[in-house]
Amino acid sequence: MAKNSPRMPSNQVVTGAAGAEQHPPELVCPAGSLAALKAAIDAGADCVYTGYRDDTNARNFAGLNFTAAELEQGMRYAHARGARVFVAINTYPQTESFHRWCAAIDRAAASGADAVIVADAGLMEYAAAAHPSLCLHLSVQGSATTHEAINFYRRLFGVRRAVLPRVLTLDQVAKLLRNVETEIEVFGFGSLCVMVEGRCALSSYVTGQSPNTAGACSPAWAVQWQPTPNGLESRLNGVLIDRYADGEKAAYPTICKGRYRVEGETYYAIEEPTSLNTLELLPDLLRLGVAGIKIEGRQRSPAYVTEVTQVWRAAIDACFDEPTRFAVRGDWMRRLGTLAEGQQHTLGAYNRHWR
Amino acid sequence: MKLTLGPVLYAWSRRELIDFYERVAAAPVDIVYLGEVVCSRRRELRREDWLALAAALASAGKEVVLSTLALMETEAELRSLEKFADNGRHLVEANDMAAVSVLSRRGLPFVAGPHLNAYNAATLALLARLGARRWVMPIELSRASLAQILERRKAEIETEIFILGRMPLAFSARCFTARRLGLEKDNCEVACGNYPDGLALSTRDGEEFLVLNGIQTQSSAVCNLAAEIPDLRALGVGAMRVSPQSSGCFEILALVRKALDEALAAGEAASMINALLPGAPCNGFWHGRPGVAQVAA
Repeated sequence: MAKNSPRMPSNQVVTGAAGAEQHPPELVCPAGSLAALKAAIDAGADCVYTGYRDDTNARNFAGLNFTAAELEQGMRYAHARGARVFVAINTYPQTESFHRWCAAIDRAAASGADAVIVADAGLMEYAAAAHPSLCLHLSVQGSATTHEAINFYRRLFGVRRAVLPRVLTLDQVAKLLRNVETEIEVFGFGSLCVMVEGRCALSSYVTGQSPNTAGACSPAWAVQWQPTPNGLESRLNGVLIDRYADGEKAAYPTICKGRYRVEGETYYAIEEPTSLNTLELLPDLLRLGVAGIKIEGRQRSPAYVTEVTQVWRAAIDACFDEPTRFAVRGDWMRRLGTLAEGQQHTLGAYNRHWR
Repeated sequence: MKLTLGPVLYAWSRRELIDFYERVAAAPVDIVYLGEVVCSRRRELRREDWLALAAALASAGKEVVLSTLALMETEAELRSLEKFADNGRHLVEANDMAAVSVLSRRGLPFVAGPHLNAYNAATLALLARLGARRWVMPIELSRASLAQILERRKAEIETEIFILGRMPLAFSARCFTARRLGLEKDNCEVACGNYPDGLALSTRDGEEFLVLNGIQTQSSAVCNLAAEIPDLRALGVGAMRVSPQSSGCFEILALVRKALDEALAAGEAASMINALLPGAPCNGFWHGRPGVAQVAA
């Protein structure tokens, strides 16, 4: 269990080399259901993030997410165990339905959410005005990649934490952290958005629905699997995303991870089906003082959430205890490896060579 | 209604850019957006060069707007943004909230570019209060979304619609042109300069699909909303944007101008423009459909 979790403030504050107080980053885990929420908390998550069962959040998939009653139940479970619950209301409302997003903010505030995660500036303005004591986080969908953009949201709406898009190198994250007036949360593990979050209309180009507009990338209704003489084909609303030979592992047809032809060559022109895994960067992330490490995967099962949370809890605690002696353990990587998309890992943009 | 020319999204050479804008000075456009929006590694023109072009176009009677990067990552990019903001003469198009921040702190008016996520009337009102004089609607919004917004905000801010060109669909930290050529981004040799209309990507069954333009991914199909000009006018849209392409651009501008001046029927202009496009036409986003769709008039 989480011996150094910020839930247990007795032994978690130390003085770092720079003389500043240091906390271990919070482990922020996905909860697409009440069962996943409990799994994450039982496995040592400091915080979970959730969403309502509609298009107000960026994981709007059938069977996922929470009714208002379920979320209140989840909050009771979390708060009784010292964990915090963030509610993602992070799609971009359109004018006619803006009131539904405002109602979601009201509901989250009334139910005692520890923070709401918001992308749309107009909605953030509403949240700050209507609920001055509600803690606001800037969603990764807000596409804020510089201290200037993040401090803007701080100045206007009192945003307390910003989640960074997966575009910056470790060096750039370090520079940004020196200049921001908010806490910073970074992605540690899970499916990798190759494009700047909140700035990608690939899915709506093909299906009419994107994370920004509908809370969905590559919506399930548009996915087709077709056995053909050339192999198994995956299509998205009719567009061929990939074709698999016998024995090749097929991946969910996300546009940025398909194989295409460019100048006569067929390859993963944008990115391979791969997952982000930053375990080896933990000493750096702790040294830099990130406030939270986020695990992607609200669409994943409770068993997945348990597995990933346990590994990351152990790793964060080990790294915080003895940062200079920290080494990624083989069994951690094996456990995470079996869960990764395409069973491949990358450091993504943290590693400048990836770019 | 005003005709605007968007920023050149591709890595054209210094010579190509200078020649292009010489022709623009004589073209029937009202507003010209200048500057590098995609990648700060493209340095064919320096800031002084852009400002010289801006001055020349302004003398030719154009309103000039300086466009900023859509994805900002470095301190150097922020400093460059501040220098553009402080140009003292021309309006700036903010394509990231960092630019909105810099411009609004200075109390400067600006254009809210297409890469800011202004999806609703509340966000647009906020941008207008911060100093936005004009906004360019995000490409994935539909006519219905626009009508809802304009019902509430028409008086506060001028609306510009991207009506012609390959649509910018996504930005990444990764350069896909460099990836294609096996180069690292840090040593990319600005290889995107070899592809004046981007690098075509097709599906494995041969369907033209996307265009790789450095860190930007564009649609292969080309947005053509010229047929909608009468409707756009009726909705209260104030400006129409044409995005530059390496050939046929001035013919397209002339046809759109005629349609705006009602010297040519919009539907006829749209058909003539289709023959000048580098890919199949599309208008799906406008009609609330997948962006790639072409909905018949």
